[in-house]
Amino acid sequence: MTLLKEFILPRFAQWLIVIFVGVTITFIIPRLSPVNPVTETLARMQMYQNIDPEAVQAMRATLLDLYGLEGSVLEQYVNFWKRVLKGDLGPSLASFPLSVNQLIGVSIGWTIGLLGTSILIAWTLGMTLGSLAGYYPNRWWSEGLEKSLITVYPVPYYILAFVLLMAFTFYLPIFPLIGGARGTAAFTWEYISSVLYHGFLPALSIVIGATAHRFIMAKALTTTEKSSDYVQYAQMAALPQRKILFYYVTRNTLLPQVTDLSLSLGALFGGALIAEFVFGYPGIGTTMYTAINNGDYNAIMGITLLSIVGIATASLLIDLIYPLIDPRVRYR
Amino acid sequence: MANDVLRATIRDLFRFSLSFRFGSIILMIVGILLLLSFFSPFESDDRRVVPRNKPPSQEFILGTTGTGQDGFWLLTFAIRNTLMVSGVAVLIGRTIAVMVGMLTGYLGGKTDRVISSIVDSIIVIPRLPLLILIAAILQGEMTVLSLALLLGILDWAHPSKRYRAMILSLREREFTHTAIFSGMNAVKVVVQEHLPFLIPLLLADAVAGFLWAIGMEVTLSVLGLSDLSTPSIGTLIFWGNYHHALLRGRVWILAAPIAASVLMVVGFYLVSLSLSEYLDPRTRLSRLTMEE
Repeated sequence: MTLLKEFILPRFAQWLIVIFVGVTITFIIPRLSPVNPVTETLARMQMYQNIDPEAVQAMRATLLDLYGLEGSVLEQYVNFWKRVLKGDLGPSLASFPLSVNQLIGVSIGWTIGLLGTSILIAWTLGMTLGSLAGYYPNRWWSEGLEKSLITVYPVPYYILAFVLLMAFTFYLPIFPLIGGARGTAAFTWEYISSVLYHGFLPALSIVIGATAHRFIMAKALTTTEKSSDYVQYAQMAALPQRKILFYYVTRNTLLPQVTDLSLSLGALFGGALIAEFVFGYPGIGTTMYTAINNGDYNAIMGITLLSIVGIATASLLIDLIYPLIDPRVRYR
Repeated sequence: MANDVLRATIRDLFRFSLSFRFGSIILMIVGILLLLSFFSPFESDDRRVVPRNKPPSQEFILGTTGTGQDGFWLLTFAIRNTLMVSGVAVLIGRTIAVMVGMLTGYLGGKTDRVISSIVDSIIVIPRLPLLILIAAILQGEMTVLSLALLLGILDWAHPSKRYRAMILSLREREFTHTAIFSGMNAVKVVVQEHLPFLIPLLLADAVAGFLWAIGMEVTLSVLGLSDLSTPSIGTLIFWGNYHHALLRGRVWILAAPIAASVLMVVGFYLVSLSLSEYLDPRTRLSRLTMEE
């Protein structure tokens, strides 16, 4: 019971706050803007073609309704919530008959797949290498690894992805420039291998950055943990080093890492967005890029809202795993 | 007095920390490039002042662009603008962070719990989509200053938590009680007694802010969402891509801003790494024992 009351309920309340803040921010931003999205969209539409004035009026009314710009601000706000709770993100302005929900529906799977796989790989790699480097700080490989990852870590995601793109699709064209897979989706080796082939570079760009972050943290935590009494005792008891490191030290460093993962999920997601539009990967990032280029505010708004809710939920789920691996929380 | 301490610190860092030596040398190069922008023979928006699309040569060390600008002088402007944007962003972000952190840390109790849970929630929100939404809606109206403002407003939640933790521990110290009992009010205690303790943490933390702000400036510009007429690291890459520099074999147009951005962030990061290592009491202890 105490677990529920002291851990799960507050965390759940926090999740609700995030959703509330997220929806409110996405509601407020377009209204604070000096640019009127309705006029802007209409101007954009009339740039390339002549539209009947009556149709423009009708369109203006539709757009006003769409952005929920009718009525008092409070009414607008309530209506906005109603729409969001129904899961309706409105129509896309650029690719009109499609709704934003459909646009996102097509691309979200790619993003989740790419991000999920990359996080898993980066997590395992960063934890293992970081623990090893923290435990054996003076070997040549741990120093070399640390120096190279420290150099890579601060480099902006975009630069990292772009350099990879230049290197492996232009100068050394071994990876495809664009796309997520070849052929139609099927459970065949051919299709799956093409998915892996297309996803390799975008995943690599996320993995490098995320591994560096995980490595630096794991190494610092392991270095601190290594000076604990229990480690010295285990060493004196001549336990195998591998066992001390992976059974005791790493397990103790796991907790802050899990907390950090749930906090850094937003940044990782941002990295995935960038990787996707750099490599033309058919996920949410590319959808958002297209929306930016077409001035499709509604799609951008929908994607922003969805990513806030999605990341908040994912980080809630990660935090709920916490009691499973921390005996202190479990047995209290 | 304070000056002497600072000088001694820098001397120590230079002597004992390899990463500080490297980092400060890199930052010095970046600083020189920044200062050179004030002596540029061309204005940053002068077009067609040199032959177009020339590869790097003795006359034009970093080549020239498709708009007839000298790559080297353009880069100095870009470094200046990018650092200005991130500098203002860091200043705004840290100011908010310090205020929030001090307030919650010092007041404690219910106020602390409410504000802390709001801060925890804000940390979870992914900032890139939010930035893109704001920038997309402001498109055309975005200036260098408003970008800096925007980045600053979005970058305070994480540091404020760290400052709060610091203030929380300072609040229980003896000197805080002494100050309160001798009649200092809360604001004075926090500003005069606690702020000095935050400054080292603030310095190391400002670098993290710089890294983030530079990355976001580059990302937003590459997406075409910032003020594209002002040269910055991001806009140079944007225009390079826009004119298909890579496909036309004009790599120098892209290589210069990429190399400059990497130099900048690595320099900052190495300096912050050595600073936080220096400030960490545990490593300081081991360093002292090593010196003996």
